[in-house]
Amino acid sequence: MYILPSSVASPLVSWLNGQRLLREQLPFPDEDIAAAVQAGLLHEQPGLIKTARAWRCVRCGNDDPHLFASFPCARCGSDCTYCRKCLVMGRIGTCTRLVHAALLLPSERYEAPFTWDGELSAAQAEAAQAVCQAVLDRSELTVWAVCGAGKTEILFPAIAAALENGERVCLATPRIDVVRELAPRFRQAFPRVPLAVWHGGSEERGRIAPLVLSTTHQLLRAYRAFDVMIIDEVDAFPYSVEPMLEYAASQARKEQSSLIYLTATPSRVWQLDIRRGRRNAAVIPARYHGCPLPVPAFEWCGNWRKRLERGRLPQNVLAWVLRRLEQGKQAFLFVPRIDELEAVTRLLQRVNPTIVGVHAEAPDRAEHVQAFRDGRVPLLVTTTILERGVTVPNIDVAVLGAEDRIFTESALVQIAGRVGRHAAFPDGDVRFFHHGKTNAMVRARRHILRMNEEAKKRGLLRR
Amino acid sequence: MNCLLCHSPYNPIANWRQLLFLEDFDVLCPRCRGAFQLIDGRLCEMCGRSLEESAPSICADCLDWEEDERWRGVLAKNRSVYVYNEWMKEVIALWKFRGDYVVAEAFRQPLTAVFRRDFGSGWQLVPIPLSAERLHERGFNQAEALARLLPLPSVPWLARKHSEKQSKKSRRERLETDNPFFLSGHPPINGKRIVLIDDIYTTGVTVRHAARVLLEAGAAEVGSLTLVRA
Repeated sequence: MYILPSSVASPLVSWLNGQRLLREQLPFPDEDIAAAVQAGLLHEQPGLIKTARAWRCVRCGNDDPHLFASFPCARCGSDCTYCRKCLVMGRIGTCTRLVHAALLLPSERYEAPFTWDGELSAAQAEAAQAVCQAVLDRSELTVWAVCGAGKTEILFPAIAAALENGERVCLATPRIDVVRELAPRFRQAFPRVPLAVWHGGSEERGRIAPLVLSTTHQLLRAYRAFDVMIIDEVDAFPYSVEPMLEYAASQARKEQSSLIYLTATPSRVWQLDIRRGRRNAAVIPARYHGCPLPVPAFEWCGNWRKRLERGRLPQNVLAWVLRRLEQGKQAFLFVPRIDELEAVTRLLQRVNPTIVGVHAEAPDRAEHVQAFRDGRVPLLVTTTILERGVTVPNIDVAVLGAEDRIFTESALVQIAGRVGRHAAFPDGDVRFFHHGKTNAMVRARRHILRMNEEAKKRGLLRR
Repeated sequence: MNCLLCHSPYNPIANWRQLLFLEDFDVLCPRCRGAFQLIDGRLCEMCGRSLEESAPSICADCLDWEEDERWRGVLAKNRSVYVYNEWMKEVIALWKFRGDYVVAEAFRQPLTAVFRRDFGSGWQLVPIPLSAERLHERGFNQAEALARLLPLPSVPWLARKHSEKQSKKSRRERLETDNPFFLSGHPPINGKRIVLIDDIYTTGVTVRHAARVLLEAGAAEVGSLTLVRA
């Protein structure tokens, strides 16, 4: 292998290390950058590429014609097309160049980096073994783990092995709260290994470390930097599987690297591929506590939208809510849209004024979630699965309008997955109130039943 | 159609009138459009901000300007379209600082309406310029982007020296600093009525600095039209 003498490894190369950025984002004089490009230390690429349909953004992979616009560019003096999708990371236009270093500086080896004394369940251990093998082979693996399987721990042995080999590991997820939640757990498990947390508000974003936790957008900074790439998409509703994350991961990992998907709800194509053995997968059909997943019950509730317009809720929905209030059991009530959330919340507050409604962009979201967690709120009307940390031990869940298009199979599986996560309360009621059964509902139910069957067959259930 | 700002689908046909008279459809969904707040009701005759019904016809800030003999009468009037609410701050950040140029399309109809109401074809459009450095950094001049939305051509009669970002200075400092504007070439200004175009009117220093340069070069009258009155 060719090793650069340190004099040639200019500050530019070590500053850039593993990142691909806009040329104007480098804090170096333009002559220095030009010289480094000339010397072959840096590589330059155009920011946008012309395609048959329109354009593709080289940084984020966007090729949707609706997400491009153009403007009279003062830099190049002509009309520049630019990508609207990854603007947050600095605008990429037709006259923008992306720059990355030709070579990556090596990473250190970490002897016995792993200090964790938890114990893996039988199902977890099996999956952990599969992840280790994938990392060793630099291959691709899908970990299909039900909600509440305890999937983070599954990764630890493989990550430890990679770090011992001097490899770089990145875990990427669409949700910033997942990054924030995982950081302390990773620090605890790998106390001597430098960890960089990349999200919009973090100072260390872009800094390459042996262990990196990143959001989708920040991952766009990295280029051919990681030996192990883990994509965590579990519990993402309503954030549907984002093609940008896949693309970002494909750019951020080295050509020779392993790719691990963590998901509770793979797409139908993937499910089929996994069942037919066309996609390498480890399936964890049981929760860590070994009790089966609660199966959703369907209940027809008529034209609830029309009722809502008249200021009323369907009888059975109201009865379901009243029952929880009576029993003092906390519950989530999912509705499809924000305006419906507001209407339903107003109606329920007549019954009990402490009921609140929270949607994905609500500014006071954190407060309400805390109040719910503290038990001060008996029922939360919502459009979204809140933070992952909201694993309130003993709750029931209902969906009003489960037939709506927004409730896909995966959304419904994840919603059902809120219930019974705690070992002390493994059961609970999951109810889909609908105005006409949909395929998505039927598939979600079948999905859950199949997982329970498989868990039983593999002897992973305690009862 | 998908909303220019939130990208969610919506029905752009608000009424029959639109269809019959081929009026332009709104590029924003009702929710995003509704989050902007138009300036209406009684206005300060000078700077165009909203006033209470009982207030005098000129606001206290403008009174200060008009009592200062160095600045009296420099600006004929300012008119603005929107209030600077939280939503507008977010949208301006996306448009101007992140550089999402196309967002300006959302302002075409309301800006044109205010221009027609308060100015008109007798006025010459001059966008407030950026310094060469800032223009290079941003890639476009937001004031020019606004001027392009209007049905008249605009003229680049002004240029600007590079100075610190204004928002970091106090009003006093901004007043006393040298005028950053100068004429660009030898434009035919004599006797013209000019309306300056800018994104935000905050203290009124910027447009007055620009107006003074134009008046000294022979303009008959200088007003300003801004998207936002902060």
